[in-house]
Amino acid sequence: MAEEDRAIAAFRDELRAWLEANCPAEMRDGRNDEASICWGGKNWNFTSEAQRTWLQRCVSKGYTVPTWPIEYGGAGLSRDQEKVFHQEMHRLNARYPLQSFGIWMLGPALLHFGTHEQKLHYLPPIARGEIRWCQGYSEPVAGSDLANVQSRAEDKGDHWLVNGQKIWTSYADQADWIFALLRTDREAPKHKGISFILLDMTSPGVTTRPIKLISGASPFCETFFDDVQVPREQVVGEVNRGWDVAKYLLTHEREMISAAGGTMGSGRALGAVLADSGSTDTVLRADAMRAEVDGLAVALTLERYKDQADAGQGAGDASAMLKYMGTELNKRNLELVMAAGGSDALIWEDGRAPNWLRTKANSIEGGTSEVMLSIISKRVLGLPG
Amino acid sequence: MLADAARGFLDQAAPAAHLRRLRDSGQTQDRALWSEMAAMGWAGVLVPEEAGGSDMGHAAACALAGEMGKTLVASPFLSTAVIAATALRQVSDARAGQALARIASGEVTYALAIDEGAKFAPEATQMQARAEGNGFRLNGEKRFVVDGANAKRLLVLARTDAGLTLFDLPADRDGIIREGQAMIDSRDAARIAFADVVATGEDVLGQVDDAMTVLAPALRAGQAALAAEMAGLAAGAFGMTVEYLKERKQFGVPIGAFQALQHRAAHLWCECEVTASAILNAGRMLDEDPDNAALAVSLAKARATDTAQRAVQEGVQMHGGIGMTDAFDMGFYMKRARVGAEWLGDYGYHANIVAQARGF
Repeated sequence: MAEEDRAIAAFRDELRAWLEANCPAEMRDGRNDEASICWGGKNWNFTSEAQRTWLQRCVSKGYTVPTWPIEYGGAGLSRDQEKVFHQEMHRLNARYPLQSFGIWMLGPALLHFGTHEQKLHYLPPIARGEIRWCQGYSEPVAGSDLANVQSRAEDKGDHWLVNGQKIWTSYADQADWIFALLRTDREAPKHKGISFILLDMTSPGVTTRPIKLISGASPFCETFFDDVQVPREQVVGEVNRGWDVAKYLLTHEREMISAAGGTMGSGRALGAVLADSGSTDTVLRADAMRAEVDGLAVALTLERYKDQADAGQGAGDASAMLKYMGTELNKRNLELVMAAGGSDALIWEDGRAPNWLRTKANSIEGGTSEVMLSIISKRVLGLPG
Repeated sequence: MLADAARGFLDQAAPAAHLRRLRDSGQTQDRALWSEMAAMGWAGVLVPEEAGGSDMGHAAACALAGEMGKTLVASPFLSTAVIAATALRQVSDARAGQALARIASGEVTYALAIDEGAKFAPEATQMQARAEGNGFRLNGEKRFVVDGANAKRLLVLARTDAGLTLFDLPADRDGIIREGQAMIDSRDAARIAFADVVATGEDVLGQVDDAMTVLAPALRAGQAALAAEMAGLAAGAFGMTVEYLKERKQFGVPIGAFQALQHRAAHLWCECEVTASAILNAGRMLDEDPDNAALAVSLAKARATDTAQRAVQEGVQMHGGIGMTDAFDMGFYMKRARVGAEWLGDYGYHANIVAQARGF
């Protein structure tokens, strides 16, 4: 065995022993649905003592954000170690101790664009699950045309004065902070007058209103800013260059959303869902086979791009492909889950219907499928227009 | 990189126009081209170095097949360098070593004779190899023997007393009657009749009644390389189509400016990328963990079949009328995609293997 392989094997042994010793039994059910996710934040109510214990133990090892540098609360794992981490978590059927937009979106953007002070200030509370973030991107007039954001941050010397409205702000009503795209130059071309600004949701003048969705849940909100004062240093990257940060973050968001495509909403293979249903429908089985073939290949593609990113070739515009293929697949899979479930799945309490309905947003949020295809046709294929 | 070097060579020696020239002159293979490929180590890509091969592995074989697919290169690469070489490698005797050496040198080409019906179903083989003295007597007929009209040797699957047995026979043995079929892809495929063909124990590859120990790895290698060829074919057809979208003007603008076509092209690119991942995975699994590569190989073949067919159909549609003409190359891609879809198991055959491996 090469030295590198020995090091990985040793890491695996050590990690496996730690997980066996520290992951509470209740956290070994592999659940990843809305009711079992730990989002963290000041307002978080742990659903069980086990959930709290599991988070604290993982925080102590940096395992909530395994690839982040140790000084920012991570475990500093390499890509190979990260793969082992996920494999061992999966082997134990362990729940992830903490999930958040801070981990998936803001963290990577801060690691890339933030100052050292900003990283030290904002990243560790994300890693510890103490601060929960939400994303202030879309506005009523800025959906697919995101760069058309109109909410403003006026330069008042020592602070910004923020006014405007955001929409589809996921979990804004439960978040502690928001990262927002705000117009800081109204004269400049639309992509060049936007800044990426961090706001405390408890600031005077911030209000939120949940939006009830077809799934019955209200994960999205409207968020209003009314003469909100924001300290000057809470800009990430350069003033008026927020679009660069926004785009970078979007590639991570798209990868995060597409990652959901490899598994079912319930986190189980399509075959198991069909087998449980007892269905002998050959048409359904054929559809499921096609979905399984495509799902496995999309999952391999996610891995391939992660490996390339690790080798220094960013996924870049290809994240549009991952997002498009992953979300369309996820929608297709949940249609199959509903078909396999028959009339049982039509009862709200059964739980499949909300998951099915939720997936319909996958191909809209973070950039619609059509926006993804336009990005690919222009930036990857070089088609005109 | 190997793929880049292969591309450079093939763009000169075997662009799509090369297949057209072969077809127009009534040929299905180019002996001189195969000799050049052998000289570059391609014929011996899976042959051990001690037998004169380059022993580059399955990922490399897939990379070469992919480049050949891009310009529809007609050669016995899959039948000989991939399938026969992999089968022979499962047998560690002196004769197999000599056979491998003759493959690597380009001296001998092989064809795999399995199919008897219109669909790939090796387990359903009916052809008889009746035991007679120390040997066998073969009777029956094989169809869709790819590269079978040109091959010097045949790997023949036949039913013996207690199972299936694989024979390695010279194609000119008494009683073997070969009839080349005019195939839609302009490549070599033959119908081969076996009338009281005598085989000895020496002609058996591997053990009597146990063909699959030798044949299964060879089939997986061939399926993966064929998948790679089809993924390359899809990429080739797609590349032509994107170029055309940029050149062809209607309503005063390049047709690629129309969103209806942009989105279809972008979707096709996504399909090609996802299939490329399945191909890379299959090559890697065959090299690193061949005993557990069945799922990866069938996944690759299913995806590549689907993607290639989508690419050629979109290719013809987006080219409009010119895509329907024989003077334009897209039709060659479409016809090869259809043949590749059937050879060594169609979409349903491989999707079933994937589903079974995934528990349904």
